[in-house]
Amino acid sequence: MVEESVIDKIIRISGRNPNLCYQCGMCTAVCPMAEFMDVKPHQIVRLVQMGREDVLNIDAVWVCASCMACVDRCPRDVGPGIIFEAIRLVSLRRGIDKLDYKAVEEIEAAPTLALVTASRKYTG
Amino acid sequence: MLDGIDYSEPRIGVFVCHCGTNIAAVVDVKKVVEEAKKLPGVVHAEDYMYMCSGIGQQLIINAIREKKLNGVVVAACTPSLHYETFARAVESAGLSRQRYKIVSIREYCSWVHFHDRKRATEKAIRIVAAAVAEIRDNKVYEPIRRKVIKKALVIGGGIAGMTAALDLANAGIPVILVEKEPTIGGKMIQLSVTFPTLDCAQCTITPRMAEVGKHPNIKLYTLSEVIDVSGHIGNFHVKIRKKPRMVDPEECRLCGWCANACPVEVINEFTRGLSKRKAIYLPFPQAVPASFVIDEEHCTRCGMCVKVCPVNAINLDEKEEIIEEDVGAIILATGYDLYDGRKLPEYGYGIYKNVIDSLQFEQLIVPSGPTKGRIVRISDGKPAKRVVFIQCAGQRDVNHLPYCSKICCMYVAKEALMFKSKVPDGEAYIFYIDVRTAGKGYEEFYKKVQEIPGVKYIRGRVGKVWEDENGDLIVTGIDTLTGETVKIRADLVVLALGMIPNLDKRLVEKLKISTDEYGFAQEVHPKLKPVETEIGGVYIAGAVQGPKDISESVAQASAAASKALQLLTKDEIEKEPLIAEVDRERCDGCGLCVATCPYSAIKLEDGYARVDEIACEGCGMCVPSCPTGAINLRNMTNKQIHEIIKAVYGVR
Repeated sequence: MVEESVIDKIIRISGRNPNLCYQCGMCTAVCPMAEFMDVKPHQIVRLVQMGREDVLNIDAVWVCASCMACVDRCPRDVGPGIIFEAIRLVSLRRGIDKLDYKAVEEIEAAPTLALVTASRKYTG
Repeated sequence: MLDGIDYSEPRIGVFVCHCGTNIAAVVDVKKVVEEAKKLPGVVHAEDYMYMCSGIGQQLIINAIREKKLNGVVVAACTPSLHYETFARAVESAGLSRQRYKIVSIREYCSWVHFHDRKRATEKAIRIVAAAVAEIRDNKVYEPIRRKVIKKALVIGGGIAGMTAALDLANAGIPVILVEKEPTIGGKMIQLSVTFPTLDCAQCTITPRMAEVGKHPNIKLYTLSEVIDVSGHIGNFHVKIRKKPRMVDPEECRLCGWCANACPVEVINEFTRGLSKRKAIYLPFPQAVPASFVIDEEHCTRCGMCVKVCPVNAINLDEKEEIIEEDVGAIILATGYDLYDGRKLPEYGYGIYKNVIDSLQFEQLIVPSGPTKGRIVRISDGKPAKRVVFIQCAGQRDVNHLPYCSKICCMYVAKEALMFKSKVPDGEAYIFYIDVRTAGKGYEEFYKKVQEIPGVKYIRGRVGKVWEDENGDLIVTGIDTLTGETVKIRADLVVLALGMIPNLDKRLVEKLKISTDEYGFAQEVHPKLKPVETEIGGVYIAGAVQGPKDISESVAQASAAASKALQLLTKDEIEKEPLIAEVDRERCDGCGLCVATCPYSAIKLEDGYARVDEIACEGCGMCVPSCPTGAINLRNMTNKQIHEIIKAVYGVR
């Protein structure tokens, strides 16, 4: 059996169709984190459209706050935030953790809820 | 002409079309022919590459003559394309079209079942068998003739409606023109200039308005709405509700004393709320009819205007009227409205005064407008130096209007140009997704606007618009070409809102026409019948059919008028005699069919139901309502339906 490609995996997990994106940029326009991203949300969708497996190396999907404003406002129902979620999942399933507990300062003082959500989002 | 044909025993011919490979690549046409030959009543069957071609039609004509056929079944594409083609062919061979049927084995078989040749072929055989079973018992009836009333109704007095009305009136057809507002002129009269020539919109449309107002063949009803339509092609009966104007247009001298005296001030809808007017007002200086009008809703009946009117033109007791008219054709041209900007709260429309829509911006440009042509901030009247235009404000968005509104790219380019011509040191920022300039001279116009210093096209979207403490608008967005976020301080934000149909659901129901998923009036065929509706004698013109600009609306209006003329220049029209018939032996006069008929075509007479053959549309609603099976559709009797069902299931 042929192994599923990274892009197919991202599409399957997200359940969205990146090919419907016409690059209007609405996702980036409404993104509260866009200015901190190395690659902007609409550009990430473009790379997924073009089948670029190196989307896994983009730091911006970890900067994403998962507020899903882009999903709400997307004019073509592509839902960039959902696609970023899928990109993160593909990385995490490969055992790449993005949260180093040892590096968290004053871990005892952090709210439990923040630790739980951060663990869910950043660790496999 | 029909004398040569003997109808005593069925002699049916079946003609199977390949449609190139459209059908033949999936359906085994030879097998269909072979099976058709076995059907009872079939004496001839053959197939051909293109049955609709001259040669194909000749095959049918020859077979009718040589094989003495008295019935023809053509298995090809959809009847909406080629029903008439073959009907004319069989008639030219002397056979009545009532003994002919076209069935689609393309849309119903090959196109949808391309993955399963065997079953597609089986289905085609069954479809042919059903058609043979149906026409085997078809009788030949004389066509029914109807008189045509040589008069037309045009609904909507915008540029499309006026054009259609004038075309008809100039051809000698009396026209009733119904307009909801107190004046004709529609949306075009609100515009500044028109793209791509930058002609003054008012100067273009006002001569046409004046012509409509004075034309001896046009009867104009303003403040009026069509509330009921009955009848059929060539003979419609319409009811029009005319609201009271309360000012006699014949007497009114436009002195304006009444408006000066009127104490009631309300929002002026003509300027889209950018100015106020009185409860008695003249919509705009060039209004037709040239007369003041009283806004019934806001008038307090104080009588101040009556006192000052020098010619006693005002009558506050005027009541609404119901007018009845008979017409042969109807042209629907009710136009469009703008999408409601308040559905885009992120852009602040309806929240911040300086966020306006494109028609309001037109009013700022017009020299006779509320600001006398000065482009200012609505909030404080200061000159507007920086304007942000947002294209696709809701258009091409599954959450708002999924379609492209077609005219916005062009009107935004025009508005930016007009802004720069009035404010040379101003800056115009235009956020766009794509710039669509399909039209004669349109791309050139866009290029001209791009050349203007101070006009910046930004490829991307605006995320949010808000007002800071100084009352300036802050626009944040993305430039997708640089990938950088953009923040602009603006005096005005103009939303290029899309077109939505201005078409009342009740009117749609009365006309019995259909609409598309967005509520635009539906044409019969997008290419070949663009101004016809499913209802014969009802035509559509202008933006009520879909987003379009003035040139297209005018062209479509003339097309609709031409279609209406084809009908109205006839003295009478023939109607297919396929109507309901009552078997008096069985009818017990219960009247259920009378209540069911949507065309009021059935009456009770001497205790029996009787069908008015002119009014009956042959819809068949009455048939299942009859408890005794006494009412039948000609050539679609219950017996024939049973035969069709048996044929579909292969029961002999």
